[in-house]
Formats: sequence, C-alpha cells, structure tokens
Amino acid sequence: MDKIQKKLFKSLPADALSSVAAIIVGLFAGFVILLLSNPSQAPGGFWAILSGGFSDMKSLGQVLYFATPIIMTGLSVGFCSKTGLFNIGASGQFIVGGYMAILVGVKCAFLPGALHWIAALLAAVAAGALWGAVPGLLKAYCNVNEVIACIMMNYIGMYFVNYIVTLTVFDSTQNRSQTPAASAIIPKMGMDLVFRDGNNISSANSGFFLAALAAIVIYIILEKTVFGYELKACGFNTDAARYAGINERRGVVYSMLIAGALSGLGGALLYLAGSGNGITVVDTLAAEGFNGIPVALLGLNNPIGIIFAGLFISYLTVGGFNMQLFNFAPQVIEIIISIIIYFSAFALLLKGIIQNIAKRGGGKK
Amino acid sequence: MSIIYFLVQQTMFFSIPLLIVALGGMFSERSGVINIALEGIMIMGAFAGILFINIFQGALPGQPVLIIALIIAAAAGMITALPHAYASINMKADQVISGTAINMFAPAVAIYVARIIRTVQQIPFVNQFRIEKVPVLGSVPVLGELFFQNTYITTYLGFAILVVSWLALYKTPFGLRLRSCGEHPQAADSVGINVYSMRYAGVMISGALAGIGGLVFVIPTSTNFNATVSGYGFLALAVLIFGQWKPGRILMAAFFFGLMKAVASSYSGIAFLKDIPIPSNFYKMAPYVATLVVLAFTSRKSMAPRAEGIPYDQGSR
Repeated sequence: MDKIQKKLFKSLPADALSSVAAIIVGLFAGFVILLLSNPSQAPGGFWAILSGGFSDMKSLGQVLYFATPIIMTGLSVGFCSKTGLFNIGASGQFIVGGYMAILVGVKCAFLPGALHWIAALLAAVAAGALWGAVPGLLKAYCNVNEVIACIMMNYIGMYFVNYIVTLTVFDSTQNRSQTPAASAIIPKMGMDLVFRDGNNISSANSGFFLAALAAIVIYIILEKTVFGYELKACGFNTDAARYAGINERRGVVYSMLIAGALSGLGGALLYLAGSGNGITVVDTLAAEGFNGIPVALLGLNNPIGIIFAGLFISYLTVGGFNMQLFNFAPQVIEIIISIIIYFSAFALLLKGIIQNIAKRGGGKK
Repeated sequence: MSIIYFLVQQTMFFSIPLLIVALGGMFSERSGVINIALEGIMIMGAFAGILFINIFQGALPGQPVLIIALIIAAAAGMITALPHAYASINMKADQVISGTAINMFAPAVAIYVARIIRTVQQIPFVNQFRIEKVPVLGSVPVLGELFFQNTYITTYLGFAILVVSWLALYKTPFGLRLRSCGEHPQAADSVGINVYSMRYAGVMISGALAGIGGLVFVIPTSTNFNATVSGYGFLALAVLIFGQWKPGRILMAAFFFGLMKAVASSYSGIAFLKDIPIPSNFYKMAPYVATLVVLAFTSRKSMAPRAEGIPYDQGSR
C-alpha cells in the first residue's frame, strides 16, 4: 500500500508537467497568431487573455459561471475515460438535461421554494442518465462502438429537444425556450454580492459549488468504493476484469449512465443559472458538451484536476472576451485550446516514455 | 413526376458530399487510422475553396473556377489531415484526441481568418456553377430530367470518385496493401509493406476527399460559407459505418441519408408529404436513429478493420 502511494506521488508531477507543457505550447501558438494578425496590438491582446479573468471581481465571477457547465461535462468525459470509454455524447446528454430542467422550471411552479429547483436538477439528472444509458446498453449488449452511438445520440438529442421545446416551453418572439420561474433558479448564496464590479453583477451562483461537490463525489466513487474499483478495472483490462468476476457489461452501462447524469446536471446548472440563457432552436450541437473533452484531457481525467482544468479553460474564455477590446476575434481562444488538446495527446506519450525510463533506471539499481 | 425529379435532384445535393467524405473516411479507416476529424477537414476544404471562389469568380468563368477550387479544397484537406496522421502514426497518440483537436481548430481558424480578411465571418459567393441541362444527355426522357438537369459537375465527380475508389481498393496492389495494414499490420510489415507510409497514404487520401466533400456540400446548398458544414463530417462517419467500410454499401447509405435530409429540408414544398403529420425534426432525426438501429443489429459481426484505432508499434506482437 505504501509503495503504491509513493508511486502515485512520483507520477503526479510528471502528469502535471505534461499538461503544463501542452498549455505553454498552446499559449505560445496563440501569441504567434496574434502577432501575425496584428503585431502592434498583440502584446496587449495577449495580456488581456492572461490577465482577463483577474481584472475585477465581476470577471472572476464570470470565470466561475462559465466553468460550471464545462466542469460537469468534463467530469462526464473524464469519468468515462477512467472506465475505458470515450464519451463524446456529452453534448446530447447536456441538452436533454438542460431541457428537462427548463421544463420543470417553467411548468412546475406549484412546487414550494427550494423543492422547485431541486426537482428541476433531479429531472435533468434523470434525462441525462437516460441519454447516456442508451450508448452504454448498445455497447454492452450489441457491441456497438460507443463513440458512434454517442455521436448519433448527440444529433437525436438536439433535434428532439428542438422539436419538443417548440411544443412545450417555446417563446416564439425570441425563437427559444421560456425563462424558468424564479423559484427554479439556483440560489446565488451571496455570490452576486461578492463577485460584482459596482453595479455590474456577474452571473456566478452556487451552481459552481454543486459542480465541485459532484467532482468530489465522483472522486470518492472512483477511488474509495468497490463499485468504482470495478469500473476502473474494466477500463484497464476488460478480459482481466471479467476473469476476476466483475460484470463488465453492467460496468459499461453504469459508467455511461453516470456520465450522462453528470452532463445532464451540467445542462441544468447552465440553464437555471438565472443569467437569461435559454435553449435556442437552431440545428447546432451544444458546445459545452465538446468543451468537456479538453477539460477532461487537461485534468488528466482526475475529478479534482477537472475542477482546475475547467476553471483554466473558463479563465481563457473570459480573457478572450476582454481581448476583443484589442480588435481580435475571440476564436483565438478556441485555436489555443485545440492546440493544447493536440499536444496533450503527445504529452500522454511523453509521460509514458519518462515513466519507462524511470522504471528501467529503478530496475538496474 | 416533377416532384420526384425535384426530390432526386435535392437528394443528389445532400448525398454526393456524404458519399465523397465517407469514401475518404474509408481509406483512412481501412489503413487502420480512425478519422474522427472529417468534420474539421471538410470545414477547412470548404473554407479554402470558397475563399478562392470569392476572390476569383469575377475574373474567370464558372466551371474552371469550380475545378480549381476543388483542387484547392483537396490540398487544404490534406494539409489539415497531416497533423492527425503525424499524431496517430508517428507519435502513436490516441487517434480520437487529435481528431477532436482538429474539429475544434478548423471552424475557429476559418472564422478567425475570414474576419481578418473580410471583417465578417461569412464568405459570400455567387452560385454560377449550376448546369441547367447537360447537352444531349439532358434531353433523354426521364433519365435526363432525373440526372442531367439542374445539376453540378460535382455530382459526376462524386460517382467518378466512387468508381476509382472501388478499383483502387480492390483491384490494385496499393488497395490490398492498404487493407492489410488495417487488418493485421504486423503481417503486412513481415512481407515488406511499409505500414507507416500506407497509413499516411490512407489519411492523406481521406484528407483530400473530405476537403473536396466540404466544398461540394456548401456550393449547392448555400450562398455563403459560415465556417460550418452542419455536422456532415460526423454524418459521413455514420455513413461509413452504416456502409460497413465498403464502397458499394457506402453509396447506398449515402443515398439513404441524403434522401432523408432532402425530405427534411424540402418536405413542406411536397404536397403528399405535407399531408402526413410528421414534423421536419423527425426527418432530420431519421438518419441517426436508423444508424443506431442498424448498428445494434449488425455490430456483433462488425466488418470494421481489425487494427482500426490501434497505433502500429513494430516492437509489439
């Protein structure tokens, strides 16, 4: 036991180091792009990216607000990766969760007080779990590749939500869903008083704490329970897991189901944040689902790491808004993030090499 | 009859790009590399091609501009696919990660560059490529109206690519080598086939075809390019799997998906479909639901290339 712990601590810096290396490469590439497009404004624009999130308390609040949904989808993707599955379906799970939250938020105003928003969150969790369970079941019992099934479920979810929004909670003047009742909005818990710049109030709310709580729960499930251990065992080696008497089919279904629930909760936390967000009826997949992938990769699929990765990406996003003052398009941020993802794929390899060398060195002694 | 002609012509607009891109994906996957980046590559191909058309369409006549634009789109697609090939072949990285990165990178770059050049992200173009009626063939009754009127050269390009792909894959040494690298790279290596270069060839062909497919998708269905191909790259991936990685079946899958898309986009103009109370979103959903159902029944004996997604390591057994 002691040995394992030592090994964990040893591998942690290498892990973190590879993420940091990918981030540095990505940021550097971003700076080069800014330099190429407008040399005179580039340093100012780049500084806006780097410092944007800390420029005032409102920006900091926005960082927490934008981080909340992508931490949830990041957890969803990361949890699946730990169990050997790639959940690219967070987008569909996210939007059906968001829809259920809005539906309960608009239609169930009879629920008293806090019960209303809690019911809305639970409905979202259930819908997301259902959407995640479908690829899980198909994978477990029909051997369908979960990546393809998830992509299909993304589009089915998007079109289905577009259809059902127009039937149930449609605000035709804005071509999007109606605003949920005030009692369905997640409590601010004083965050609107802390994270503000004069009268300029940020959208921060206690949803961030719920996301952090979810991360801790997932951490405990993965690291401290037999159930989590079994799921991880399936991820490491399915055959070995089956040989050890673990029901790997059940594992696949449960891990997709939990991943779906996490993404669904993410949708609820965004649309019940009280910031005037609604589901717009357009044929575009929810970006938050895809943004969970870089968050999970940067956080090395570790639930606690994912909180920080989500905050980091959100920080860059807020910096990107501020950078527009220097006449740069905010897409630079997406370019930077995509380059970070690309190099994080290498970083995993790099880490493997480092560990191999370390192992060989240890063996010789 | 005119409704059927209209529907067939519309179906062509949606099916041909799916066909081309799915065939591209086929080359990559049969060589053993999953190419989830098709969407991003399509966007880059369409972006480069449309940008060229936007600049040169006044100076040159319609069809030559389109042909040069197609070549540019293919080149742009290959350039975009190159980092994916490098990551998944040389660096042995997770093929899904670099594909995801490219899918995120491509629209961002397309918008960013468009905004630098034109200050807005849309790139308009004049559709001067439509062929009202192909000479001689267009006058043939029924067939002429179905396939040779209100069409584009890209439609015939799509069928040409299909035939060439089939020949290349099944009737040439190159095709046999490519397929062997996707099934059992160690065995291929043992008889002197360079697995790395075959996989590079597969990914590069998929890049070229996906780039072309991006442009082919945008031209008949729009008059400006807005850094999106509406998820067609992912749909092509579904077509590829629906078609079980085989050219003939890919053709059928592409036409099934294309028909559904055509119905979804134009059903309100078709009297007998308008009377059936099915909302357009259901037609839009149909290809995806159908794919899931078919996959559920066929995946047990999946025809997927056996070494797909597994980086080739000479040292492993």
